[in-house]
Amino acid sequence: MKQPFTSDGRAGVRGRLEGRSQSDLPVESRRYSLNLRRMWQLTALLMIIVSVGPLTVMTAIDYRVTEASAESEILLHTSRVVSNTKMAVEFSLVERMAALDFIVEDNSSAELHDCARVGEILENLQASFTGFVDLGVIDSSGRQFCYVGPYDLAGVNYSDQAWFEDVQQVATHVSDVFPGFRRVPHMVIAVRHDLPGGGFDVLRTSVETSLLQNLLSNLEISGEGDAFVINREGILQTSSRRHGGVLESLDLEVPEVAAATRVYETLDPDGVPLIVGYSYIPNTPFILMIVKQKTALMEPWSATRRQLIGLLAASISIIVLVVLGVTSYLVSKIHWADKQRVAALHQTEYTNKMASLGRLGAGVAHEINNPLAIIKEKAGLIKDLFEFSDRYAGDEKLMGIVESILSSVDRCSAITRRLLTFARDTDTEPVAVDLSETITEVLGFMGKEAEYRSIAVVVEIDDDTPVISTNKGRLQQILLNVVNNAFAAVENGGRIEIAAGREGPDRVMIRVTDDGCGMSEAQRARIFEPFFTTKGGRGGVGLGLSITYSLVTELGGTVSVESELGEGTSFQIRLPVAGSRNGGAVR
Amino acid sequence: MSEKVLLVDDEEEFTETLAERMRTRGMDVSTTNSGANALQMVDDENFDVVVLDLKMPGIDGLEALKRIKRRRPDIQVVLLTGHATVEKGVEAMKQGALEFLEKPVDLASLTDAIHKAKATKMVLVEKETEERIKEILHHKGW
Repeated sequence: MKQPFTSDGRAGVRGRLEGRSQSDLPVESRRYSLNLRRMWQLTALLMIIVSVGPLTVMTAIDYRVTEASAESEILLHTSRVVSNTKMAVEFSLVERMAALDFIVEDNSSAELHDCARVGEILENLQASFTGFVDLGVIDSSGRQFCYVGPYDLAGVNYSDQAWFEDVQQVATHVSDVFPGFRRVPHMVIAVRHDLPGGGFDVLRTSVETSLLQNLLSNLEISGEGDAFVINREGILQTSSRRHGGVLESLDLEVPEVAAATRVYETLDPDGVPLIVGYSYIPNTPFILMIVKQKTALMEPWSATRRQLIGLLAASISIIVLVVLGVTSYLVSKIHWADKQRVAALHQTEYTNKMASLGRLGAGVAHEINNPLAIIKEKAGLIKDLFEFSDRYAGDEKLMGIVESILSSVDRCSAITRRLLTFARDTDTEPVAVDLSETITEVLGFMGKEAEYRSIAVVVEIDDDTPVISTNKGRLQQILLNVVNNAFAAVENGGRIEIAAGREGPDRVMIRVTDDGCGMSEAQRARIFEPFFTTKGGRGGVGLGLSITYSLVTELGGTVSVESELGEGTSFQIRLPVAGSRNGGAVR
Repeated sequence: MSEKVLLVDDEEEFTETLAERMRTRGMDVSTTNSGANALQMVDDENFDVVVLDLKMPGIDGLEALKRIKRRRPDIQVVLLTGHATVEKGVEAMKQGALEFLEKPVDLASLTDAIHKAKATKMVLVEKETEERIKEILHHKGW
């Protein structure tokens, strides 16, 4: 990227001069101060993080909170259902036990020993309650001496049965469900009746479990729920929808003993998450269980979540798209502005360089001009003296030397004259200038040459061309330079067109077009540089257009050139109608 | 009849050399190095042509031109300048300069300008003389 180092200072300068005419050199890219790619990445990333981040975090928090609340709701609801159901089940059992209690309290021992009376009682019981199948009275020796029911169980001895032991301890006994003789699941309720003179009777009845079964089957439980009763060994006492029929073993573990209703989560043998609520029914071997499918229960919540997450995904994609779009747009704007800035910097640098060169040149030329005039006159005097003297008049060599001095001085003075036009007065005020008049005046200088070389000069001034406020002398100089240039470019018999007109509300354009030799792209790029000439040996020193450039700039205008090699050249000079911003004078 | 020329420039070497060359071409040349002196000399002597440098310390070329024209309108002035602009030229012409030449000047064109100036002055003088004669004839008509 650096300028190559050379020991020859001039080569370095030359390299820089050439460098500036090719604006797309890599050396220029250094001047873009901003790393746009990085800026784009940073901005986009930051904007995405600050917009998407909180959104995602909020959604995550909401997800967890609502999930926890949905779960606790489900647990609470299950617990309530279990409690209510337990109360219903317990009530129906207690009701029947109370009825038996009432019977043993209400009837005397004699009455209970009367089998006809027992039959009456059974009938009354069956009329008031469902589920009672039979009724038997057993004495303290375990012998059933009175039985009413569909089976022939009179005289059976129960003394070695576990429930008979139990009922001696606790007064009321409820048995597990068992198929019994009839192959119908039922349970036994036994109530002890202590006799006044010591000893006891036991009232025993069989109750069909369809009682509990109906109670549980009619329960509407959400989440594909299942309500059933098991005993403490995990044997199903009522049939269930999903966990086996009556008297089968439950596929879940028997929950731990607890006085109150409890709800817990578990997995079934297939790994499906379940919510299990249970309650031990007091004074019975039964445990009420309600089992629900967690997935089914969470479904409404999941559906809402899915919608929300969908919405989130859509929002994030839109945000990302918008952020990328906006960032790209802004960064490209910045890039454009940066380019403009560099171009402006470039322009300023170029203008400053031209101005410095101009001042330097003019200063040098001014100082050189007087001694040059003296040299010229001294040499002229020598020549005069030789011409008038017999001794030297014929000396070709001396005369040659003097002529050479004179012609060199002429060459020098041609250069200083052009250089001096850089040094201009500072105090000239802008005046109203009629373009048409000024162009005619300037062409007056060239009239003879045009005639002599039969060059057609066509002037076209638009009718609406405004009178502009500018520095007339400088405008004349500009026009003279450009027209002069056109004259130099065309062949004898060529054609030069000068057009002027309004361009936009506050500018005029003067276009000078010739059909001369034109120039190459490389020449065109350097045409406004000082000492650049295409006229070769034909007398130009390469300052005319350089001066024109700085003059036009000083008047607040621009000059551009279009050219096609062999086709001709067109100069466009654009000037402000209202005069330049700095009053037409800087120096 | 040789042209009577006054050469005004702040560079003495320049004026002396140029004067010598012009003298060899048959002109009657005087020189001076300041505008003030030039005005004095114009008052004292009758010059045909004054060659003025535009840029001089003190009274500069344009100022001297104005004053000379005010005192002696028939004197022709040729301006020399190391620094020619279209504008300066127009200004000088407006003030009545006959010619505006760039330094270093070509002696041939300077000589031409002087001849032209002399001729212009002769015309003016003749015209003046004619008018005076007419006037005399008119007033003292016999």
